[in-house]
Amino acid sequence: MKLIRLALHVCLFSGLCFAAAPAPEAAKPGEELARLADVSGRYGGHLTIGQRSEPKTLNPVTATDAVSREVIGRLMGDLIEINRASQLTEPALAKSWNISADGRTFTLQLRKGVRFSDGYPFDADDVIFSFNVYMDAAVDSPQRDLLIIDGKPIAVTKLDQYTVRFVLPRPYAAAERLFDGLAILPKHLLEKPYHEGHFAQAWPLNVSAAEIAGLGPFRLKQYVPGQRVVLERNPYYWKVDRENQRLPYLDELVFLFVGTEDAQVMRFEAGETDIVSRLSSENYNLLAHEQSRTGSQLADMGPGLEYNFLLFNLNDLGGKKLDEVAVKQAWFRDLKFRQAINVAVDRQSIVRLVYGSRGAALWGNVGPGNKLWVNQALPHPSQSVETARQLLKSAGYSWNATGQLHDSTGRPVEFSIITSSSNSQRMKMATLLQDDLSRLGMQVHVVPLEFRAMIDRVFQSFDYDAAIMGLGGGDADPNPEMNVWTFNGTSHLWHMGETQPTTGWERELDQLMQQQMVTLDYAKRKQFYDRAQQLIADNLPFIFLGTPNILAGANSRVGNFHPAVLDPYTLWNADELYVRGPLMENAGVR
Amino acid sequence: MRAKVTVLIVMLVGLHGVLLLAGFFAPYDPAAQNRELSYAPPTRLHFKDALEFHLRPFVYASAVVMEGDQRGSYQEGRSREYQVRLFVTGASYKLLGVHESTTHLFGVSEPARIFLFGTDAYGRDEFSRVLFGGQISVAAGIVATVITLFAGSVVGIIAGYYGGWVDELLMGVNELFLSLPWLYFLLGVRAFLPLHLSTLRTFFLLTGVIGLIGWARPARLVRGVVLSSRNRSYVLAGRGFGATDFYLSRRHILPEVFGLLLTQAALLVPRYIAAEVTLSFFGLGVNEPVASWGNMLSTLQQYSVLVSYGWLLAPACALVVTSVLYSSLAELFHSRLKSS
Repeated sequence: MKLIRLALHVCLFSGLCFAAAPAPEAAKPGEELARLADVSGRYGGHLTIGQRSEPKTLNPVTATDAVSREVIGRLMGDLIEINRASQLTEPALAKSWNISADGRTFTLQLRKGVRFSDGYPFDADDVIFSFNVYMDAAVDSPQRDLLIIDGKPIAVTKLDQYTVRFVLPRPYAAAERLFDGLAILPKHLLEKPYHEGHFAQAWPLNVSAAEIAGLGPFRLKQYVPGQRVVLERNPYYWKVDRENQRLPYLDELVFLFVGTEDAQVMRFEAGETDIVSRLSSENYNLLAHEQSRTGSQLADMGPGLEYNFLLFNLNDLGGKKLDEVAVKQAWFRDLKFRQAINVAVDRQSIVRLVYGSRGAALWGNVGPGNKLWVNQALPHPSQSVETARQLLKSAGYSWNATGQLHDSTGRPVEFSIITSSSNSQRMKMATLLQDDLSRLGMQVHVVPLEFRAMIDRVFQSFDYDAAIMGLGGGDADPNPEMNVWTFNGTSHLWHMGETQPTTGWERELDQLMQQQMVTLDYAKRKQFYDRAQQLIADNLPFIFLGTPNILAGANSRVGNFHPAVLDPYTLWNADELYVRGPLMENAGVR
Repeated sequence: MRAKVTVLIVMLVGLHGVLLLAGFFAPYDPAAQNRELSYAPPTRLHFKDALEFHLRPFVYASAVVMEGDQRGSYQEGRSREYQVRLFVTGASYKLLGVHESTTHLFGVSEPARIFLFGTDAYGRDEFSRVLFGGQISVAAGIVATVITLFAGSVVGIIAGYYGGWVDELLMGVNELFLSLPWLYFLLGVRAFLPLHLSTLRTFFLLTGVIGLIGWARPARLVRGVVLSSRNRSYVLAGRGFGATDFYLSRRHILPEVFGLLLTQAALLVPRYIAAEVTLSFFGLGVNEPVASWGNMLSTLQQYSVLVSYGWLLAPACALVVTSVLYSSLAELFHSRLKSS
């Protein structure tokens, strides 16, 4: 008897004792399942994904970093989802919904018979609880801002056990898209920590698997510090495939903490991981060279939604001792100066040298990847040093004998561009810009900074001349862009902390953004947003440079691999992924 | 032995001469971008065309393949040959920082290019960059060594000559510096300095910092030599005749130390070149577009670049060659010091 116990202990502590993944539960009568009519696959096996770092938390309400959200997204379910392939909303835990004529009242019908991954039934109480938590100022969730409109929270009421009503303070365009990413929490597990006031500490990374449950395709199995998080099938998941088999197909999904993208690629090449979610064009080309040998699946999804740009410091520097910057702001505030730089930039070279021709040049904040919202009428002027020189000349700039540019007071035009030293693509853009602008006689210094140091200068100290940064990439809808283009937005980078719009065009832009947010008709919204894009392109608060294609890779074992241009690029359909070919042992045993 | 010394000296002088006259030996401006020729492999020198053998090498113009399996790779256009010519006119440069010139040792006519070591991400000639980058890196090594040896011998002579509490104090400070993990210290110091500095100021800051931190070891060695020579009979005799401290250290003690300093110099130069390379590798050295061996190598931090474009390791090879030459020199100095 003692011997058996000893053996059991050895087994447990050496990590070799793994229970098989739970088999999917048979459908219960009355259970309203979502059927994916075009999905097929087969059960079993596991897939491994490399991650940049350890997730910080498994708490969906307080998580802010992309790595945590990538894991949490597989554990949790939403009421309404954005289908990453079609970019349209579709029913999830809410099987249907209707919107009142004034666009303010949403009534959602919940799926009946759905259970959390611990087997506990789900109903309207969980929804009410979840939204109370998200909107609670004390919890301080990053999603709270989305749910507070005009300073008033969205009112959530339970009509019956499976019907919930949301009343918005005013009409809000595409409000159903808000539900994607708002995970529904299990009231039976989280009510206690919430009432005791330590909700933010709930569900840390080392939470025991019995204390965490969700409505996603997977549930937590094991966390090995510094190495990996192992998820296993949620046997109660509410989606079925074409043959009415309950999803997901995979027994296990493993997140391996690998490090940089380069490290992820090396692990992928070595066969230790099955999927790389984002690839730079260099690494993509590297894998493409080996493709005939490895048979891996590489996907170039075309331009994504991210936009990279050159930003000038137009902040109000009153009270800050930044005289050097203040002098240069006279140039940066001059529209002709910005226009000159805009036409002097060789965007084709950026696409070719920075993105290895797997990217697109940008002249506005919405790129060709966003087919629903891009303003096709925006002009795409090609590079012209001549036009740039004429613009500078007409603005009173001149050149000395050695070709150096001087402003009207005789000061040589010299400024620095800061950028994140860890982002090799933006570093390259900076070096190309430096060369482009030297043709105009401008002396530009490239200053690579550690990412946080750069963010601090742009958001807090304003101690910089110009910066190369990137934004966007969340959703295709214009609403997530509100915080960039409205004067009091949190990412209104070129002029932070404005109390009111300072120029006429900024006032108009602000109005347009507000109008598009409360207009429900797509065509009308598009008109507003087209005009907004036009204003941005005309007044150049940013000099837009380019956007990379979304590139991803998976090895030949991964079935149903369909990456999308929206985040999460590869794992949005984790419930549909399956393993082709022979199945290997469980992930834990290696 | 003597022949070996001669060969070594000739090679070192040759190396420094080439670096010093980089503008003349480099066919292109090191900062000039050829955006349609990024990551071009080293240009092949041909001696044989379809018909016959030529004594004068020639090259073909290369271009990127735009489509098909070979997309992104370079192919030579065999339709026309471009002879490599000597003393051609090209981009202007300043010889030794003063004499403006446009003559380069060798070159080919456009549209062909001669990239002996290939090009980098922006299509800049790697060979020209290795030469110009060598100017910065080797100069940094030499200047830092001079600073170190000057500071080291001053401290060493004072400590060894006067002894007593002066010696104890100086050697205490010395030990503190010896125990510093100097690479991390350098990284820390550089991080405290302002970020945007001109190339010249960055260079002097870099060499100053490297040089001032390294004085501890030579000071210790110098002190040992001074300590033993201070009580030699001729020094004592000189003192008896009323010679001043300064006279004694200059006339009798410095010559004793000289051999040691030479050996130290030969050892320290490659070490300090490596220190500059290390700092620039981490982005703390001179900034783009100015080349140094360190900032050239920093692109190899990207995995895809490291495995795909082997010719970008050229600065590392240059660094190895320089280090080996200097180390052999140090070896020679050392053996002579022992035999004397």
